[in-house]
Amino acid sequence: MAVLQMQRISICALKKDRKKVLELLQHKGVIEIERLEEESGFQKMDTSGQRVAFEKNASLAESALEILQTYVPQKKGLLSSLEGKRQISHRLLEEVAGKADDFIEAAYRVNALSRKIAENRASIVKHQNRWESLQPWKNLDVPMNFKGTESTAAFIGTVPEEQTEEQILTALAEADPELDVHLDVVSSDKNLTYICLLCLKKDSTACEEALRSIGFARSMAVSQVEPAKRQEMLLGEIEEMKAEIEKLEQEITVYAQNREELEIVADFYHVRAAKYEVLGGLLQSKKTFVVTGYIPENKAGMLKMELESKFDLCCEIEPLSEEEEPPVLLKNNGFSANYEGILGSFGLPHKGEIDPTTIMSFFYFVFFGLMLSDAGYGAVIFFGLLFILRRYPNMDPGMKKALKMFMWCGLSTMIWGLLFGGFFGDIVDVVAVNYFGVTIPEGQQLFPVLWFVPLKDPMRMLMYSMLFGVIHLFTGLALKGYTCLKDKRYGDFMWEVVIWFVFLIGLILLLLPSSIFEGIAGMDFPDSFTAPGKVLAIIGLVGILFMGERKNKNWLLRILLGAYDIYGVTSWLSDVLSYSRLLALGLATGVIASVINQMGSMVGTSVIGTILFIIIFIGGQTFSLAINLLGAYVHTNRLQYVEFFGKFYEGGGRPFNPFKITTKYINVEEDA
Amino acid sequence: MEVLNNMGIVFGLLGAACAVMLAGAGSATGVGIAGQAASGVVSEDPGKFAKVLIMQLLPGTQGIYGLLVGFIILSKIGILGTPVDVTVVQGLQILAASLPIGLVGWVSGKYQGVASAAAIGIVAKKEDQFGKAMLFPAMVETYAILALLVSILSITAISVG
Repeated sequence: MAVLQMQRISICALKKDRKKVLELLQHKGVIEIERLEEESGFQKMDTSGQRVAFEKNASLAESALEILQTYVPQKKGLLSSLEGKRQISHRLLEEVAGKADDFIEAAYRVNALSRKIAENRASIVKHQNRWESLQPWKNLDVPMNFKGTESTAAFIGTVPEEQTEEQILTALAEADPELDVHLDVVSSDKNLTYICLLCLKKDSTACEEALRSIGFARSMAVSQVEPAKRQEMLLGEIEEMKAEIEKLEQEITVYAQNREELEIVADFYHVRAAKYEVLGGLLQSKKTFVVTGYIPENKAGMLKMELESKFDLCCEIEPLSEEEEPPVLLKNNGFSANYEGILGSFGLPHKGEIDPTTIMSFFYFVFFGLMLSDAGYGAVIFFGLLFILRRYPNMDPGMKKALKMFMWCGLSTMIWGLLFGGFFGDIVDVVAVNYFGVTIPEGQQLFPVLWFVPLKDPMRMLMYSMLFGVIHLFTGLALKGYTCLKDKRYGDFMWEVVIWFVFLIGLILLLLPSSIFEGIAGMDFPDSFTAPGKVLAIIGLVGILFMGERKNKNWLLRILLGAYDIYGVTSWLSDVLSYSRLLALGLATGVIASVINQMGSMVGTSVIGTILFIIIFIGGQTFSLAINLLGAYVHTNRLQYVEFFGKFYEGGGRPFNPFKITTKYINVEEDA
Repeated sequence: MEVLNNMGIVFGLLGAACAVMLAGAGSATGVGIAGQAASGVVSEDPGKFAKVLIMQLLPGTQGIYGLLVGFIILSKIGILGTPVDVTVVQGLQILAASLPIGLVGWVSGKYQGVASAAAIGIVAKKEDQFGKAMLFPAMVETYAILALLVSILSITAISVG
């Protein structure tokens, strides 16, 4: 439960060790390197050229991998995304890195092949379109660009609409009675009629005129062979291109065996590009260079020792100055660390704030289970994720944390399910009644109930929900007190935390024995609560009224603002009521699951009925689990973010982003 | 009079219908609104599918709360299983008890959908702010939960038969 203390590390080393030092730092991954402004005597080196080259190589290898995946798909299971990065030995890395150029060459080749295939594909489509456009002309026995013979002129083209030879001739005769032509209708469809028309050369102008009047459009084709022949040629070319594509694909397939090396090369260049990026930001003099940055306190000593033993350099570690706002790295126990992601999506602690992860994680665990509260669902989540976590040990660390978090939440769900007697809703009862003819007395159930059934006694559950809420909120307020004490703000501690505790506890003591509350809760509280309740509430009231805004010098304003602070008690009321969602979501799970079981049992107990029942059960419960899991996740988050954090936590810290080896495909094992 | 005396169960059923119908309609509207925004995001960046899907589902809970209340009513008035005599007064009580989740579910479902659509906009631009974005629609849901609570508490408190 802590934000790791950061320190500033400054390393000044000889330029000749530059790459080695940076490699060591990158390998350790514990420093967030700061970019410094140029100073006199120091200069930055322009490394953008190399960096871009490395990045280009990396993306080349990556795109080659993508291409390989399309042509030689690697079978991937449903859960393969959980497998994480491949572990490789250091020796293999060196070996592949030594031949990196060869593999980049291969990547080039794969990319070129893929481009060629794409070109051919486009070309095939073009050819097919051409073939298609020649289809109406295939019976024409002269080339499409035939203009006529010595004494005749030819017109090849289309006239609108489907027309017969006779119709066209009539239309032409109407346009120009003098004309003498020979007409062939090649083909026709709904929209166009394809014609070839011959006339004497001397009449060609008149003929063109007449043709234009009936809407003739000359064909644009320029082919010098007959359409049918041309079509055949096109088909031949398409076949050739198809064969070539196949050949190219074959060639790509060969490169599939280099897949693993390409992955290594891609990562190798990524890492180098990152190194050069840092290198470009370093200040360098003629013989030396300087690295400064943040380092977690617990890593600083070790790194300094290692650096000083390996190189001739000067390494200084110093505490941070007051005004610095260092990056944040959290450290928590094995259970709570899994909940850091939840905190992270709200915001990491800003400077001086405590890390609430540990305390939050226990509430998260309890509330999540309470909202889902079904032993069956809990078991599915817990054992399912346990299996997945065992099966894929190399999973991405962030993913691993998230899954572990849900696994623990599953355990909590299981516990609450047992307490409230929920197992896939009421499946035990439904099966027992329908298949074994068991009669269950009204208001009882077969699955053991360790505590009570919320659906049968919602008032009681509501009371407990609010009790959990009060505990949660008071913990939040106590944490605020802790922060005040830590920062030695004793006044704030007294007048913003303690006095509120006094006031709220007083109010609760007053509320409990009141007849309204006892009526709702169905419980009796001794009237002796009232007297101390009154005293505490009045002390609290007066305290807040006069001291709540004690920084204000104007007494009138101070008391008015104090009164407004007291009005803030309504927000406490709404906060506590907000925990009724614990009840509502818990009931929702149980009821939806029961509805599904009920629907399933309606199909009867015949063989087919049983099969249908099983199908409905599996499908329906999966749906119910998914929707309720989402609900539990969202609303547990809300209770933490809004109600709990609202009492003491702001967030807004910057995450620690160390200079490290960031890979996509591989993980290099440490040398033994 | 005979007919009027038998109206109890009809009112009860009307209560169940109100709860399921109105809250369901609200959720359907809300999920629809959020779905449009989600589709827009996925068309640009399919990688955000899981996150925007979660956002889209947020206004879906009202329908489930409606179903919940509807189901409790159905089992209470004996539509599922052994029939119970429901008087007219009891029937009307049940109808009244179903109104909070019905009406609040309807309105909050719609507006949660609007808030979800806006939150999907956050995810589209700043994917890492998913946690915060999720909160805004969840705020709307509070009122559906409060209504659900009153509906459930009333219905369980009404004694039938």
